[in-house]
Amino acid sequence: MWAFIHKLGSPKWFYGISARLMPWFWAAATLLILAGTIWGLAFAPADYQQGNSFRIIYVHVPAAFLAQSIFVGMASAGLVFMVWKIKVADMAAAVMAPLGAAMTFVALFSGGVWGIPTWGTWWIWDARLTSMLILLFLYVGVIALRGAFASRDSGSRAASVLAMVGVINIPIIKYSVDWWYTLHQPASFTITSRPTMPLEMWAPLLMMVLGFYCFFIALTLMRTRNEILRRESGKRWVQALAEESV
Amino acid sequence: MAFESLSDFLAMGGHAPYVWTAWGLTAALLVGSVLHARAERRQLLRELKRRARRERQAPRNTDIEEGA
Amino acid sequence: MSSSDTLDQPLTVVEPRGGLGVALVATLRRDLTLMLRRRSEVMNPLVFFALVITLFPLGLSPDPRLLATVAPGLLWVAALLATLLSLDSLFRADFEDGSLEQLLLAPQPLAAMVLAKVVVHWLLTGLPLALMAPVLGLMLGLPAGSHLILMLALALGSASLSLVGAIGAALTVGLARGGVLLSLLVLPLYIPVLIFGAGAVQAALLGDGVGAHLAILGALLALAVMLSPWAIAAALRISVNG
Repeated sequence: MWAFIHKLGSPKWFYGISARLMPWFWAAATLLILAGTIWGLAFAPADYQQGNSFRIIYVHVPAAFLAQSIFVGMASAGLVFMVWKIKVADMAAAVMAPLGAAMTFVALFSGGVWGIPTWGTWWIWDARLTSMLILLFLYVGVIALRGAFASRDSGSRAASVLAMVGVINIPIIKYSVDWWYTLHQPASFTITSRPTMPLEMWAPLLMMVLGFYCFFIALTLMRTRNEILRRESGKRWVQALAEESV
Repeated sequence: MAFESLSDFLAMGGHAPYVWTAWGLTAALLVGSVLHARAERRQLLRELKRRARRERQAPRNTDIEEGA
Repeated sequence: MSSSDTLDQPLTVVEPRGGLGVALVATLRRDLTLMLRRRSEVMNPLVFFALVITLFPLGLSPDPRLLATVAPGLLWVAALLATLLSLDSLFRADFEDGSLEQLLLAPQPLAAMVLAKVVVHWLLTGLPLALMAPVLGLMLGLPAGSHLILMLALALGSASLSLVGAIGAALTVGLARGGVLLSLLVLPLYIPVLIFGAGAVQAALLGDGVGAHLAILGALLALAVMLSPWAIAAALRISVNG
């Protein structure tokens, strides 16, 4: 077990294994997202209440799932980095943050655009949208904190601590915002509280969600490899690698 | 198939602006992040190669350059 | 210093041997004394609080009915910002004169020591804010029945604010321009306290039961007391060594 963890911690080993894993995740992501897109955009039936604007769900929900999962992933990587001093974990955490922020933005933007035909306004202080906005601020904080330190190691450790503090707080924030919303609930209906969604509607959604997760894994692997090249550029194996890839 | 024709599909039953902006931004971000990662990788490899070439020419200066 | 126990020889310098308790009391007394010498730093957040509350009737409307409905939120947001304002100096002076490093080197657990520092911060920021709030509430037309609840909620909530804010202060103490970053890090984490704190006052205003709100504020505080000292300690280690 320990040997395995430390092997995983070696950038060289990670660089090798990720090269073998990455194509599979790229392939899965491309297939799932393409199939989900075609099915969801062209073949799934229109919603009886919202018409075709409901097709935004196929980007909104996967992005929202991913936005929350990436924060958890980032905090877990931070924990691994703090406990076992595994550098690769910190590199992964560093590349996850911008993607997570981007996904949060996608979820907010698509939610806002969806709101125009549904609620008649692009922004309401809906519990889900508000939590997403706060999540975006948390991401921005982690990214800004990492960048604020002159020494990379301090920045990494500070960002790890903040990500862990954030991940403990996210459920509390979500709970309190939900509570606040039920107290001040305006007259509107929620998007996903429909009990029965026919198979033709949720199957493409499932494909999109899985596809987004595969995309996230593949992109994180790819950018972590870049980060290895950047941070380990003094190592002999990295230099040898650069020479053979003409 | 939920639509009769291509123009029907593009019109999205009157919801075209909403559906296509949301999907467009998402697609742009996904494709953009892949392109960015690829460009990043190519640039890093180029820098590594340049550095290797420099060090072959002046192998004694490696220690000084490491500090940068 | 274990040899001094067994040999029992007189030492020229008597080391305090009480351990954690003595160290905690010493830190509390030292920080209180230091802060009370810098009166302006203690007063500033309070003046800020009063000033911000003064701005709202000028910006909104002097109508007492309107002000009373928004007063819980205004008072809480202003108190939140006032706390935030005071956070930057929480570890700053100790960091600059090196006593923070001494604290890190002390044999006592750092998490307990920072808890003492946070308690001092709350005693000189959160508690005065809570005591002052009813006066401002009166000016905003808050009915008399809700003043006690406002005070209680602020006293409970501001303790959580001090604890959570100290994490941010510890993370940014080593940075030259940490002020804006500090607010970016800390404000999102303040949201639950804001919601339940303002909710308590709102409930009192409407004549509902406030027990649930105060209980949740207490639960948040309990959670913060348990977890944040460790985060503050870890953050201080990063800031001082980095």
